[in-house]
Amino acid sequence: MRILHLLLAALLFAMPAKAEEIVLGLSQDEVAITATFEGSHILIFGAIKRDGTETVDGDLGVIITVSGPKTPITVRRKERKYGIWINADAVEVDAAPSFYAVATSGPIEEVLKEVEDLRHSVTMSRAIRSVGAKVEGSESFTEALIRIRSDAGLYSTFIGTVDLEEDTLFRTAINLPSNITEGAYETRIFLTRGGIVIDEYDTIIPVEKVGIERWLYRMAQDNAVLYGIMSLLIAVAAGWGASAAFAALRR
Amino acid sequence: MLIYLPIAEVSVNAFLLLGLGGIVGILSGMFGVGGGFLMTPLLFFIGIPPAVAVATEANQIVASSFSGVLAHLRRKTVDIKMGLVLQAGGLVGSGLGIIVFNYLKALGQVDLLVKIFYVVFLGAIGGLMFVESINTLRHSSKGRTPAKRRKHNWVHNLPFKMKFRVSGLYISVIPPLLVGMAVGVLAAIMGVGGGFIMVPAMIYLLGMPTKVVVGTSLFQIIFVTAFTTMLHATTNHTVDIALALLLLIGGVIGAQIGTRIGVKLKAEQLRILLAIMVLAVCVKLSFDLLLTPSELFVLGAAGGH
Repeated sequence: MRILHLLLAALLFAMPAKAEEIVLGLSQDEVAITATFEGSHILIFGAIKRDGTETVDGDLGVIITVSGPKTPITVRRKERKYGIWINADAVEVDAAPSFYAVATSGPIEEVLKEVEDLRHSVTMSRAIRSVGAKVEGSESFTEALIRIRSDAGLYSTFIGTVDLEEDTLFRTAINLPSNITEGAYETRIFLTRGGIVIDEYDTIIPVEKVGIERWLYRMAQDNAVLYGIMSLLIAVAAGWGASAAFAALRR
Repeated sequence: MLIYLPIAEVSVNAFLLLGLGGIVGILSGMFGVGGGFLMTPLLFFIGIPPAVAVATEANQIVASSFSGVLAHLRRKTVDIKMGLVLQAGGLVGSGLGIIVFNYLKALGQVDLLVKIFYVVFLGAIGGLMFVESINTLRHSSKGRTPAKRRKHNWVHNLPFKMKFRVSGLYISVIPPLLVGMAVGVLAAIMGVGGGFIMVPAMIYLLGMPTKVVVGTSLFQIIFVTAFTTMLHATTNHTVDIALALLLLIGGVIGAQIGTRIGVKLKAEQLRILLAIMVLAVCVKLSFDLLLTPSELFVLGAAGGH
């Protein structure tokens, strides 16, 4: 019994009583997509709480990732066969985020060790690869996925854009482009020292359609027949309207 | 002015869409084509997801062809009887086409087959029309009477004759039914309304007057695209009503203008322009197949083709 107590005590000591912890604030709790949505940016800021027992070995770093809802996606490669370009191979990535942004307080190799990146899937190539790891030879396909989505402004990496002041206060702005989809945007903040993650803080930023956007979307999903008929009625009414207007003009 | 589309989930410039709708509407009113083959790639280009582009395009075509048909009805250039017969054949054809499409899909490489088919088909139709109309135009400009197309061939000896007054034809219903069916099959496989196949078929196979062909083609396109819209709305939920509205405002106005341009042109001129357009689409598609693409990879929804 005494041995068990000792063991428990030892375990408690070994447990990292987090010496440095993240306290977070967001400029907005949710993003509303309205009919005139032109993108948005979220200010992510916070402080590092210390209890005085921290060991100061290595520099402090802050890494922030924002990830959109994950959906499966097929990446196809074209190949020239008999002189024409056709879709040859395809790789299915089981869960690619619709949006992914990484912001760091310094160069990646300084703020995050390779092994920690592997464990937490932080950087772009890790985050995308880890979810599609089942397929063979998928390297060039996931690279293509990242390249195409980066060109569309959906995937981005910002090195050194997290301001870290006095090793205590940090802040950054994450830009959400106008072509984002709705869903729960998983936001992770990593606090690292010498490239080792010492604290992680996770939160969700909901991105939702509101007003007429929401109404139309729900109707298309829940009342598909009515929605289809409405679309057709609008089309016929517009066709008739234009015809009548032009006929009136001629007179 | 940027508008966020609720189904497509992207922001687009409203004026750009109005303009695109207008241009395609003009072509629609002039030639009796839906314009889907032109609009769909343009929508891909501005970032609309393919599934949404195809479904919404169908809805927009309902509007522009309805607008065009009303303009043609006023000029009495719609053969409703012929349109209905073609439609009847078209429905059977679409059903068959879907079966063929699924069979091709099971074989794989359906996209490629469709594209090659398209190129060969468009090249042949466009080329034949172009040569024929140029010849007609040259003959008439030399002052000679244009060579009259054969009005009597084996087609006219078939049973079940019917009078199509607007077209000035007294022919068997079998050829229009077959034409409608063939176009229905092709339209279902290629995923287009089939206007630009229907128009040459009506001119050359059925011998209908060019002026009547445009209105009649638009008339039957309304039904095909209305059906497609409902199908997409209920099964895939991919009709974006906001996108459709922006496109169709431009489209209905364009269709009215196009009809007026079409009426002013000579039948031969109209056929030459149509031939040029068909050939242009053919050339564009062959370039897609032959030239090295700038991006070798494409993204698609999982499971889709």
